[in-house]
Amino acid sequence: MTDAVLTTTGLSKSFGALKATDDVSIDLRPGEIHAVIGPNGAGKSTLIAQICGGLVPDSGRVTLLGRDVTQAPARLRAQAGLARTFQISALAMEDSVLQNAMLGVLGATGRPWSFLRPALGRRDLREAAENALERVGLAEARAMRTAELSHGQRRQLEVAVALTLNPRAFVMDEPMAGLGAEGSKRLTSFLDGLRSEAPILLVEHDMDAVFALADRVSVLVYGRVIETGTVAQIRASQAVRDAYLGDPA
Amino acid sequence: MIPERLVNLVVLVGLLAVPLWALAMDEPFTITLATRAVIFALAAVGLNIALGFGGLVSLGHAVFFGLGGYAMGILAHHAQTYTPVAEWPFLIEGTKSMPVIWLVAMCVSALAALVIGLLSLRTTGVYFIMITLAFGQMFYYFAISWAEYGGEDGLSIYVRNDFPGLNTLVPIQFFGLCFALLCAALLFSAFLARSPFGLALNAARQVPQRVETVGLNPMRLKLVAFVISGVITGLAGALFADLNRFVSPTMFSWQMSGEIIIFIILGGVARLFGPVVGAVLFVTLEHFLGGLSEYWHIYLGALLLVIVLFARGGVIGLLAGRARLHD
Repeated sequence: MTDAVLTTTGLSKSFGALKATDDVSIDLRPGEIHAVIGPNGAGKSTLIAQICGGLVPDSGRVTLLGRDVTQAPARLRAQAGLARTFQISALAMEDSVLQNAMLGVLGATGRPWSFLRPALGRRDLREAAENALERVGLAEARAMRTAELSHGQRRQLEVAVALTLNPRAFVMDEPMAGLGAEGSKRLTSFLDGLRSEAPILLVEHDMDAVFALADRVSVLVYGRVIETGTVAQIRASQAVRDAYLGDPA
Repeated sequence: MIPERLVNLVVLVGLLAVPLWALAMDEPFTITLATRAVIFALAAVGLNIALGFGGLVSLGHAVFFGLGGYAMGILAHHAQTYTPVAEWPFLIEGTKSMPVIWLVAMCVSALAALVIGLLSLRTTGVYFIMITLAFGQMFYYFAISWAEYGGEDGLSIYVRNDFPGLNTLVPIQFFGLCFALLCAALLFSAFLARSPFGLALNAARQVPQRVETVGLNPMRLKLVAFVISGVITGLAGALFADLNRFVSPTMFSWQMSGEIIIFIILGGVARLFGPVVGAVLFVTLEHFLGGLSEYWHIYLGALLLVIVLFARGGVIGLLAGRARLHD
């Protein structure tokens, strides 16, 4: 239990009378994909914001590799080994695909304070960036302007930037959103292999992907975790059925 | 579309050719005009680093322009009156040496930019514009009430300051000096744009939350850009004062800040030569239209309107199209 990479303990956050996060305790263990699912408005985004930095919880703790990072800003969590992808792509649209990946590499080195040598001329940095693009299948598109990428390619670039950080844990906010069936399948098989590098906390709406990938699933409803368990346990849970999956499942 | 590098080269050669032609035709006033354009361009190259690369619309860059001017004015004033600038805690003498004046101007500007940046960068958008404007007005009114250095009337310097090996009183030599500094600033700006810092700053302007999530501090990137920007504009201020042999509070005025922004918008925001083209255009209009009518700013306004409405990339964007991606 203590070897979890990422842990939240009794996390709570309210906006006025609304309890967006209510006593959430989940953990992410080495080598696993832990999916967080829940209906719209269940508080998934609020939870992610508290895990990645951006929102400070009213109470509870976020621990990353044994360090309490509850109050730490997002950049310190990133430095400590947390890589996130955004639900809505947050990329430098005017820049090239390679430049976006390069930004991640610069972040990983922690030293952007070089004013004269061209960034893209730095062989070591460039290779790391190109390598990440290669892995997500964007090598061909590296010279394109990011704004010209298709939606699916932007999702891939999100993942590539996260890869450049060589993180200890991934937090992915709906990486499959808006991907076609084909794209979803490819990303699913990619994430499947990625878990051995670093565990993934996966917030996802795509149930096929979740059930195919997740080692464990936590179900969030009205800010509370109503169930955590393996895919089989979640499928069998009556509470989950009632609250979320509904009849068709 | 014409390749941007070709446009830049033509602008640079043109900027050098006009004063040389004026020298041959014995028209020193044209050389002075060209020098004025070069100095304005330098100030705008400075602002372009904050505004173009960093997205920081500073309506207070006259602060650095004025500080550069007053650094020159104060040091030269004490040198020509043989009085010390300060006697405590240690003796500081005035000076007529340009390199020393430039260094002081740049250091003072850096310090001011650091303080102003630290306070202003807590805000964004229109609030950032207003705070930088407020700092500009503070310095403006301070200069007006600073009777020791001429107050509202400003300070006159009788003889232009010295640069080793040059006779700065010869217009073409002073022009050459300013032109060399502009080239150095442009070169630095070109390197900066492609550097790791430039890449990160450019991203911080577009998506600060992304920069934050790769572990970098967007605020700090912008602050450093603001300081670099202020230093270059400060240097331009020192040169401008030397060109006129005169400093006055108008160097601190918000109209001055606005004009530096106008140079950039006319020429092309975030384009390497945008500030140069804008400054040259401005000085040319000022000269020719100013001769026709006292109200020449109306035409400038119309031109600005046309550019903002129909050519968002400024003159450079019009000629060279969208900026090419680095590769």
